[in-house]
Amino acid sequence: MVKALKSREALLAASWIALIVIAGIVTPNFVTVQALRDLLTDLSILMVLALAQMIVILIRGIDLSVAANLAFTGMMVALIAVANPGLPTIVWPVLCIIIGTFIGMFNGLLVAELKIPPIVVTLGTMSVWRGMIFVVSGGAWVVQHQFPEGYLSVPRTPILGLTLFFWIGLIVTFGMWLMTTQTRFGRELYGMGGNPRAAEYAGVRVKHHEFWVYTITGALSGLCGWLWTSRYAMANTDVALGFELQTVAACVIGGVAISGGAGTIIGAVFGALFLGTLYNILPVIGVSQFWQQALSGAIILIAVYFNMISRKPPVRRILPQAASQGVQE
Amino acid sequence: MKLKHLLSMAAIAGLMATSAAMAADVRIAMVPKSLGNAFFEAARDGGNEAAKEIGGVELIFNAPAVVTAEGQIEVINALIAQRVDAIAISSNDPDALVPVAKKAMKRGIKVLSFDSAIAPEGRMLHMHPATAAGAAKAQLEMAVDAIGPEGEIAILSETPQSTNQNEWIEEMKKLLPSDEFSKLKLVDVAYGMGQSDKSYRETIALLRRYPDLKVIIAPSTVAISAAAKAVEDQDMVGKVYVTGLGLPSELAGYVHTGSIKSFAIWNPIDLGYSATYLAYDLIQKEEVQAGDELEAGRMGSFKLDDKLETSLPQPFVYDASNVDKYSKIF
Repeated sequence: MVKALKSREALLAASWIALIVIAGIVTPNFVTVQALRDLLTDLSILMVLALAQMIVILIRGIDLSVAANLAFTGMMVALIAVANPGLPTIVWPVLCIIIGTFIGMFNGLLVAELKIPPIVVTLGTMSVWRGMIFVVSGGAWVVQHQFPEGYLSVPRTPILGLTLFFWIGLIVTFGMWLMTTQTRFGRELYGMGGNPRAAEYAGVRVKHHEFWVYTITGALSGLCGWLWTSRYAMANTDVALGFELQTVAACVIGGVAISGGAGTIIGAVFGALFLGTLYNILPVIGVSQFWQQALSGAIILIAVYFNMISRKPPVRRILPQAASQGVQE
Repeated sequence: MKLKHLLSMAAIAGLMATSAAMAADVRIAMVPKSLGNAFFEAARDGGNEAAKEIGGVELIFNAPAVVTAEGQIEVINALIAQRVDAIAISSNDPDALVPVAKKAMKRGIKVLSFDSAIAPEGRMLHMHPATAAGAAKAQLEMAVDAIGPEGEIAILSETPQSTNQNEWIEEMKKLLPSDEFSKLKLVDVAYGMGQSDKSYRETIALLRRYPDLKVIIAPSTVAISAAAKAVEDQDMVGKVYVTGLGLPSELAGYVHTGSIKSFAIWNPIDLGYSATYLAYDLIQKEEVQAGDELEAGRMGSFKLDDKLETSLPQPFVYDASNVDKYSKIF
């Protein structure tokens, strides 16, 4: 199974690099150091949000409210920043994470305690938080010259040649990789996704885990609220509208099974890198708007198909293995 | 306790609403493209100004939260049920709103469109914010103002279906061969789909594809700020100028940093003011025909052309000298 997934990630990495090479051939300007740095900066938000989505999908859930959470948190913190420009910059990401965490906990409570299907819960909270943006802002935008200096400049700080945006993406990736591969909590998520009832019988605290998965997703979405509003120097009601679907698409391309229980952090990250790069490249090589939409849709479908045919053998192997381990214990 | 408090508040609010409705003889509804857009909020303020001036007019301002025709249809249906006297609409889709607009007219409600048009069979008159030719000319003039008469330009629009933007782009293409603009070379038209991230990415793509690009014309509020931010992030301020249509309060920062030298927008206050006046004129006159002159208070009068359309004068240009003054208003 490890081998299959590894090769899949290698394939994704290879196609990602191939994309960049193709763009470089068509438009040499695309592969300059500056251009690649910009590309990685641009990918960081999708990376973080795809990972937030990945752990939810892993346990057979879905979180459609990630983008609304991002937008609401971004607006809240932007408004607070405008009112208190003197506070140190570290306050903004911390506040974003706190607000995002609460939003995530709310989803978690509804899903884990009240047993409402995640798609319904998050569809509801998606509208709630979108609406709340309007309520807190009165419909006004927060724009570039209103933000405090550090709010916009700090994430753009280059460290070892790459912006803080990308380093945040990398740090989150590493943290999530540690969580899903090295902790008991992370490993049990795979069990829950594979077979929630069996996991429960095996002593996994399904409710508890569900709650915390939605909470972590909320916290990461909140963090993206700062990244987004800072990157585009803008907070309004339409921020990241429809972005939740891109995060799901990134997961699917990265080999995360919509039916839960299968997928890796590295896969999801490469899915995000691939999709995000595609969005960057299509306009650069001069593909028209209509074709851009059609092409990205087609690629998602191909990825899903790929998932279906490549997953069959591993699934058959996981179950007997898990079963035999259970017997041995 | 709290609940009681809320209930009593609601009761008071209800009383106030009914008394306001009783006081007003005429109710005019303004339906912009969406809520939460400072441009239309300024239009509402203009509408309220007109309502106060005329007297006995109540202005109802409502729209969907996001820019969709479906959302507007719901809002308009609700307004029909409330039996308002006139509805002024900035449409999200020229054709999709026709059936609901016809339904309103059948019930005796006067329907006009302003800013973004409804197809002729769905409205009694339309008021352009500026003639398409006027808006197009202003944008090309600003490009020339920034870089001189020669250089590569690109357009970053909203969506390929946006009625207004497409019209302006058409007009710009018509104007380009004229002597004044003949040395401007339009290299591309890109679409930011009304989203900051997409607009930003499209701007970067334009900069990469056309290293000699001098001006990006963005006739959309989201696109122009995203483009200006991208130009700043790419350290291209002074090499590439962004211009187009946007709001002073949203663009003042970019004018000061230099990525935008000048931009234009019609005065939304005047737009809302005039639309409200025209709605009132429609209610008074029952019917209008080509050639009619309609009164609009301090804006003078508007003459309807043979398509029953009229328009505000040219858009107003903002630059470093006046942007701070207007950014406090809208």
